[in-house]
Amino acid sequence: MNEHWTVRVDRELCRGTGVCAGTAPRYFRLVNGRSQPVDHVVDPDEIVLDAAASCPTEAIAIEDDSGHRLAP
Amino acid sequence: MEDASAVQVVRAYPFGPVVGLEIDPMYFWLQDHEPLSRVKLPFGEEGWLLVRYDDVRMALGDHRFSLAEAAVRDVPRLTPQRFGGIMTDLDPPQHTRLRRLVTKAFTVRRVEQLRTRAAQIAGELLDAMVASGPPADLQQDFAVPLPGLMVCELLGVPYADRDEFREWVGAFMSVTALTAEQRGAHVGQLAAYVGTLAAQRRQSPTDDLLGALVLASDEGDRLTEDEVIQLTLQILAAGYESTASQITNFTYALLTHPDQLALLRSRPELTPGAVDELMRWVPLLVTADTLPRYAREDVTLPSGTIPAGNPVLLAKHAANRDPRAYPDADRLDLTRDAQGQLGFGHGAHHCLGAPLARMDLQVALTALLARFPGLRLALPEDHVQWKTGMAVRGPVTLPVSW
Repeated sequence: MNEHWTVRVDRELCRGTGVCAGTAPRYFRLVNGRSQPVDHVVDPDEIVLDAAASCPTEAIAIEDDSGHRLAP
Repeated sequence: MEDASAVQVVRAYPFGPVVGLEIDPMYFWLQDHEPLSRVKLPFGEEGWLLVRYDDVRMALGDHRFSLAEAAVRDVPRLTPQRFGGIMTDLDPPQHTRLRRLVTKAFTVRRVEQLRTRAAQIAGELLDAMVASGPPADLQQDFAVPLPGLMVCELLGVPYADRDEFREWVGAFMSVTALTAEQRGAHVGQLAAYVGTLAAQRRQSPTDDLLGALVLASDEGDRLTEDEVIQLTLQILAAGYESTASQITNFTYALLTHPDQLALLRSRPELTPGAVDELMRWVPLLVTADTLPRYAREDVTLPSGTIPAGNPVLLAKHAANRDPRAYPDADRLDLTRDAQGQLGFGHGAHHCLGAPLARMDLQVALTALLARFPGLRLALPEDHVQWKTGMAVRGPVTLPVSW
């Protein structure tokens, strides 16, 4: 069975630094100066965790299928 | 297709000397008439100068522009030696590994835990200024020691070592009486000392930045001991003089814009936004960013295409004053939404220390204005002496009274 992750960006916390979009352009883009996941459900990929861990405001939340929080 | 660079004028760069916080008018002419222009610096190959906000922001954030390439090319530069460092010579994914390990210590949440301590340190420095009486040199008495002591807090430098530590860190300040030899010796002593602190933390873990870096190196994907030292040195080099200079520059900007100063005094809740607007308005760097990027492939920016293999120089200070991005861009307006300012960069290499710098600057302004309701320059505005021949702008001294 394929595992999936859900990706959310808290637009209140996000300051639009672009660290995530620069780190993982396949998964994040900036819309009106704030980050947005390209897709809300993604196949597991370490680079998504890298982007979340590199966010200075810890605005990126990632959960696996069982609701376990992988980041922040 | 014709190579656009073959038909373009190549201008000598940097443009003419500027005084204080002025920006050369050429940047604004280029924004209107030639947003992608060719420049030649004293050293290295020719490059493209980007001056519009949209172009600079995109180039900062787009992974098709490489910093790592600059390490192996004849990069456009002001000095014989190239400017670089462990974090800024890498692209993702190599950069990502270091970045994610170090970010932990610099998150907004972690930095907020230091705010009370920062306010206390600022208060003590202001106490000392009051005790010796006016005039005081805001630069040496406040702007330099505040970030210096905050770095000691962040790294976990013991009190007994702080004077010596700050003397070594002074090697990263451009306005010192140090010779190149002394400077090298201080950096060496600093590296050895950081190594000693790191070794102590390996024995008994601590909650400070160095402890976090060492811990990061002990879990799974490790930072080597040398990486811990190199990272710490780059953090000091990048964060110390820039923050100190901005504390002085911001104060100067406010004292020379009495309406904005009065506004901030009457509405201190504007301080976080004011710091962003001051970051936008104050051109900290004299020239374009000291780290040119190379296009890995043809990249189309809003103003045109940069051919593969060409370096770009990013004039962040001009971009921050681009009227296309900020209406009435030359006006300092503390009520403006300036969150998109490029002073901390943008993208994967966005300033790692931005949360700390923002907090230091907020605390500095708040403490200074609260303590001195009558703060003013102790000399005429045009008598302020500015650093020359340096990458970072700022007064040599800023005499103030209250």
